[in-house]
Amino acid sequence: MLPVNYYLILSAVVFAIGVIGVLIRRNLIVVLMSIELMLNAVNLTFIAFSRYLGSMVGQVAVFFVMAVAAAEAVIGLAIIISVYRQRRSLDPQDMQLLKW
Amino acid sequence: MDASTFVFFLLAGLLVISSLLVVFLRNVVHCAMALVAALLIIAIFFITLHAPMVGILQVMVYAGAIMVLFLFVIMFLNPSVLERPRAAWWSFASLLAVLLGAMLVSLFFNNEPAADPVASTELFGSPEMLAKSLFNDFVLPFEIASVLLLVAIVGAVVLAKRERSV
Amino acid sequence: MIVDVAIVALKAFLVVFMVLNLAGILGWVERKGSALIQDRIGANRASIFGFAGMGLVNTLLADPLKFLTKEDFIPPAGDKLLHTLAPCMALFPALVTFAVIPFGDVLIIGDRMINLQVANLNIGILYVFAMGSLGVYGIVIGAWASNNKFSLLGGVRGSAQMISYEVAMGLSVMGVLMVYGTLELQEIARDQGTLIRELLPSWLLFMQPIIGWLPAWGIFLQPLAFLLFFTAAVAETKRIPFDLPEGESELVAGYHVEYSGGKFLMFFAGEFAEIVTAAALVTTLFFGGWQVPYLMRDGFHFPWGATWLLPHLAVVVLQLVAFTVKVIFFCWLQILLRWSVPRFRYDQVMRLGWKMMLPLALINVVITAIVIVAAQ
Repeated sequence: MLPVNYYLILSAVVFAIGVIGVLIRRNLIVVLMSIELMLNAVNLTFIAFSRYLGSMVGQVAVFFVMAVAAAEAVIGLAIIISVYRQRRSLDPQDMQLLKW
Repeated sequence: MDASTFVFFLLAGLLVISSLLVVFLRNVVHCAMALVAALLIIAIFFITLHAPMVGILQVMVYAGAIMVLFLFVIMFLNPSVLERPRAAWWSFASLLAVLLGAMLVSLFFNNEPAADPVASTELFGSPEMLAKSLFNDFVLPFEIASVLLLVAIVGAVVLAKRERSV
Repeated sequence: MIVDVAIVALKAFLVVFMVLNLAGILGWVERKGSALIQDRIGANRASIFGFAGMGLVNTLLADPLKFLTKEDFIPPAGDKLLHTLAPCMALFPALVTFAVIPFGDVLIIGDRMINLQVANLNIGILYVFAMGSLGVYGIVIGAWASNNKFSLLGGVRGSAQMISYEVAMGLSVMGVLMVYGTLELQEIARDQGTLIRELLPSWLLFMQPIIGWLPAWGIFLQPLAFLLFFTAAVAETKRIPFDLPEGESELVAGYHVEYSGGKFLMFFAGEFAEIVTAAALVTTLFFGGWQVPYLMRDGFHFPWGATWLLPHLAVVVLQLVAFTVKVIFFCWLQILLRWSVPRFRYDQVMRLGWKMMLPLALINVVITAIVIVAAQ
């Protein structure tokens, strides 16, 4: 059985890639997808520890993270749609002024 | 190197490649498909880590529903307008992210002898065990999560409705 | 160890082989069956030296050759990679779902007991739903990559219909899962071998002579769930009466209008493989799967006490034949349904899925729960 460090390092790498995506991409949808990538990296950590500690709490936590991520993706996409209708653009730079 | 280590490294490599594709591809639909691939690989990891129920939920919910929603919105908005050139990957922001990643990775490299995973029963990670934990210890968060999903549905419908001038 | 892997590989190969062959034969059954229903002859031009082999020459040789030798056209403004990937994403879930469907009880060779199911997952039927939800991608990506408005319209309709009926399918199966108490399909198939008289509570014993001799098949215990699940499965596979995404008289060919040759063959084979999958699921959940009524592992045990012992191999063959007959019956039923019923309009499809089937499935779950508690 692999040491738990392997899984932690993998999820840290995926998390960092997600952060890069949020910071450098200029398309709101890709930013949201990078956030989902970060959430999944954290899920991987939870499950790795759940296996190595023999406790089901990690898997229950992942269950809730998945539900919350679903809700957040839905709301995020709805916000993106309504902002697109107003600004005709998906670039975060076009939304710097908090003016409607 | 035995079979499980080889499989781990193969899947880990594919996962890192898919994540890089999500972040660095230009076409948004291609990014979405790369994310679907990354989610499926993570589901495979869950199954190898004795969490079959959560793994199959990942496929059903994340890869099967949330990403379909993403694809719908992408097709609906049709971002064919060229995205302005993103910041180069060696820019300040992404170097900060790489620094974060390096810090985390260095934290997780430790030289202690790896503790063996706790021996688990055959039922570990099965639907029965997940349901037992969920409905005995975590029933309040479960109910709150269902209210949260209801709020999300109502909120999404309200936010995405077209304003009809009366 | 090697022998275990070889056995699983052999089972997987056999299952995929049989499904693809059945899908091909169903194509021929559809053409000839529709010809019979519509009082015409159907396809009869393919023959080798005048020997048409009852249509099998057409199905097994002429049709695949025709598809494979056609020009492989990718729309110039479409997305090349996704256009090629979409048929694979449509065919893959249809075939892979068969990994959990049991086609027999056990096969005992020497001292080895082989479970006649490719993979006995403890999550069982959730795997089927997960693969069903992955099937939406073939439609969405195929429609998008074709760069064609009709295709996109068909694809959006198709995916919205598929995700709506996934919900109805899952909820209708909940009643069955509550009755049999397990997610594993092989356990559900095995539990359908018990007779109803062993499940009757004490206050229903007067019904024993009337229904006690029936085996506890899902159709007797959950009739409403059967209707809901069958309808949802037909809608999920986008067969008529739910085939507005392909709308042959409206959208030309809907989401696969820009596909020709081998890729269209993959969509086509995927659709027929999904017919077989839906039929296999319906038989496993509601009609006992491989169960022959009153057949146990060592022979027939009739409810009036008589027994007829059979050798093990005969029992296995009987179970396989029973499974095949039931699956073929439901495939034929879906084909018959296709040529008898007019197509639903899109808003009718959505209304049926959300406003009629979802509440009915929930009511079914509530009634099942009440009956289960009352029966203890």
